[in-house]
Amino acid sequence: MSSSPIEFKNPVLKWVEYRLPVFSFIDSSVGGSYPAPRNLNYWWNFGSLAGIILAVMVATGIVLAMHYTAHVDYAFDSVERIMRDVNYGWLIRYIHMNGGSMFFICVYIHMFRGMYYGSYKEPRELLWIIGVFILLAMMATAFLGYVLPWGQMSFWGATVITSMFSAIPYVGDALVTLLWGGFSVDNPTLNRFYSLHYLLPFVLFGLVFVHLWALHVHRSNNPLGVEAREPEDFIPFHPYYTIKDLFGMGVLLIFFLGFVFYAPNFFGEPDNYIEANPMVTPAHIVPEWYFLPFYAILRAFTADFFMYWPVAWLMSAKLAGVLAMFAATLILVLLPWLDTSKVRSNKFRPINKQFFWIFVADCLLLGYIGAKPAEGNFIIIGQIATFYYFFHLVVLVPLIGILERPKPIPESISTAVIKSAE
Amino acid sequence: MVSSADAALSTSDSDEKSRRDFLLVATSTIGGLGMALAAWPLIHSMNPAKDTLALSTTEVDLSPIEKGQSITVVWQGKPVFVRHRTADEIEQARSVSNDDLADPESDEDRVQKAEWLIMVGVCTHLGCIPLGQKSSEPKGEFGGWFCPCHGSHYDTSGRIRKGPAPKNLAVPGYVFLDDTTVKIG
Ligand code: HEM
Ligand code: FES
Repeated sequence: MSSSPIEFKNPVLKWVEYRLPVFSFIDSSVGGSYPAPRNLNYWWNFGSLAGIILAVMVATGIVLAMHYTAHVDYAFDSVERIMRDVNYGWLIRYIHMNGGSMFFICVYIHMFRGMYYGSYKEPRELLWIIGVFILLAMMATAFLGYVLPWGQMSFWGATVITSMFSAIPYVGDALVTLLWGGFSVDNPTLNRFYSLHYLLPFVLFGLVFVHLWALHVHRSNNPLGVEAREPEDFIPFHPYYTIKDLFGMGVLLIFFLGFVFYAPNFFGEPDNYIEANPMVTPAHIVPEWYFLPFYAILRAFTADFFMYWPVAWLMSAKLAGVLAMFAATLILVLLPWLDTSKVRSNKFRPINKQFFWIFVADCLLLGYIGAKPAEGNFIIIGQIATFYYFFHLVVLVPLIGILERPKPIPESISTAVIKSAE
Repeated sequence: MVSSADAALSTSDSDEKSRRDFLLVATSTIGGLGMALAAWPLIHSMNPAKDTLALSTTEVDLSPIEKGQSITVVWQGKPVFVRHRTADEIEQARSVSNDDLADPESDEDRVQKAEWLIMVGVCTHLGCIPLGQKSSEPKGEFGGWFCPCHGSHYDTSGRIRKGPAPKNLAVPGYVFLDDTTVKIG
C-alpha cells in the first residue's frame, strides 16, 4: 500500500517539515502512512510494550542515579536512603526493579511469538538476529544493574558470573583481573559496572533503532505468515495499531504496577537486603529469574554429563558449561537457517506446532531447575532438559521442516480474513 | 616542464593502481595500528591500579590457632584459609595416590610446614567460599572443605576431589617471618 505522504496545513509544521521532514518520517513510521497487515493479533503488542519499558527504565534510572553512590562503603546505604528518605524514592526504585522483570517477560514473549509465527524467516533474518543481540545487551544491562545495590546476591552473583571467564584457557585469569580491576569483586568493579550500566541502555536504544529500521523495510509478519501484498491486506498503523498498542500498555501497566504496589519484592531475593560480605557466601546463590534457564544449562555440565564427553579431551567441564550457556542464546542467530520449512506460521504446521510447545515447556523446566540446588535428581533433569534444548534446535527443527506436510496455505491475508469473517 | 599530474597520467593504468593500493594499504595499516595503540591506555586503566597493587601483603600471627582450628584472614580482598592441621589430617592428605586426584599435586608441594596449610579460600569453580573453616560447618566427603554453590568437595590438603571445580584451592606465596608469624603475598 503506497499512501501518499501527508500534507501539513499548520504553517509551523510546514516550515519545520520543509527543513527537516521529521513529521512525515513519524507518519510513515508509526502513523497513517505506515501500512500494517490487517490481521495482527495481541501477540504483536509485545514489541511496543518492550519499547515502553525501555523508556520507563531510562527515566527511572536517571533519577535513581541522582541519589545513588557507587562506592562499596556507601552503595547499600544510598539505596536504603532512596527507599526511606528520598521523596518517592521507594516508588522510583520499585518501578526500576520490577521494570527489569517486566522487560524480560515482554521480550521473552516477543521472541516466542517470533518462533511460533516464523517471523525470523526470509526476508526478516537480520531483524531477528538484531533481536538476539538486543537480548544479549539487555542481559548485560540487567546483570550490571543488579550488582549496584551491593547486597549479598549482588556481590556473589557478580563473583560467580565474572569468574566464568576464568575458564578461558591461558588468558582467563588475567581477563578476570582486568574485569575486576583488582583481585576480587571490589570498589573498582562496582564503579565500572555503574559506568557500564548507565551506558548500555543507550546502546540498547541504538540496537532497537536498527531493529525497527529493518522491520520497516519488509514490515510486520502476521499470524498467517503469508506475506501481505494487496492493498486489502493492509490497514494503516495509525489509528488502528496505535490504539491497540495503547490498550496493551494499559493492561501492562495494571500488571506492572500491581507488583510495584502490592508485591514489590516478588521477583527479588531477600538476601539482597543484606549488605555484601566478601567473607560469607549465601547458602543458595540464585540469579534473577530471567537468567535461570541459562544458569541451569551452565550447571548441567559436570564431568559425568554425556554431552560433555565428546569434548572432554579438549576442555574442562567448567569451560564447556560456560560455552554451552552462551551458545544457548547465540544459536538463535542460526535459527533462520536451521528451520528448513518454507511455511512461516505454525498455524499450518501441525507437527512443528506440537514441538514448539514442548520446547516452551523445556525452557520453563530449565528455569525451574535453575532455581533448585544442584543435587540429586535436579542434576539429572537439568541435564536432560539441557540436551533437549539443543536437540530441538539443532536436530528436530531441521528434520521436521523436511518431513512434515504443511496444511494448505491461504492465497492472501484478505481472502483468509474476509472469508472467515463471512 | 612536465607537471606531476601529467606524469601520473603517463604512467600505465595498472602501475598507477598498484601504487595507490600500496598507499591505501599502508595508510590504513598505520592508522589501524595507531588506533589499536591508543586503545591500550583505556584498556590498561581497567587493570588493578597502583594503590590496589600496594595492598598486596598481609601478616598473620599464628600463635593463637590451636591444632585442629582454622582462621580466615583477608588478603587482596579475598579470604585466605590458615589451618593448623592435626596429625590425622596430614596423614590422610599424604596417603592419597596421585591417580585419585583430578588436579594431581602432592601434599608436600602444597605446604611449607606440614601442620600449617595456607591457601586462598576461593572455590576454583566460580569463586564461592567453601565451608569447613568452623567446626560446625560441613567439610565434604573428604574431610576438608565443601563448596555449597555447586557441590565441590576438597580434601585435607585443599585438593579438589569431587564436583565441578577444576583445580585445587590455590596456595598463595608466603614466608614464615618467625615460628609464629607468616607473611602472605
Ligand atoms: C535496559 C534498561 C535497564 C535495565 C534492564 C536495568 C536493570 C536494573 C536492575 C535489575 C537493577 C537492580 C535493582 C535492585 O535490585 O535494586 C538496577 C539498578 C540501578 N539502575 Fe538500572 N536498568 C536499566 C536502565 C538504567 C538506566 C538508563 C540508568 C541510569 C541512567 C539506570 C540506573 C540504575 C541505578 C542507579 C541502579 C541502582 C539503584 C537500585 O538498586 O535501585 N538503570 N537496574
Ligand atoms: S563455586 Fe564452588 S562449586 Fe561452584
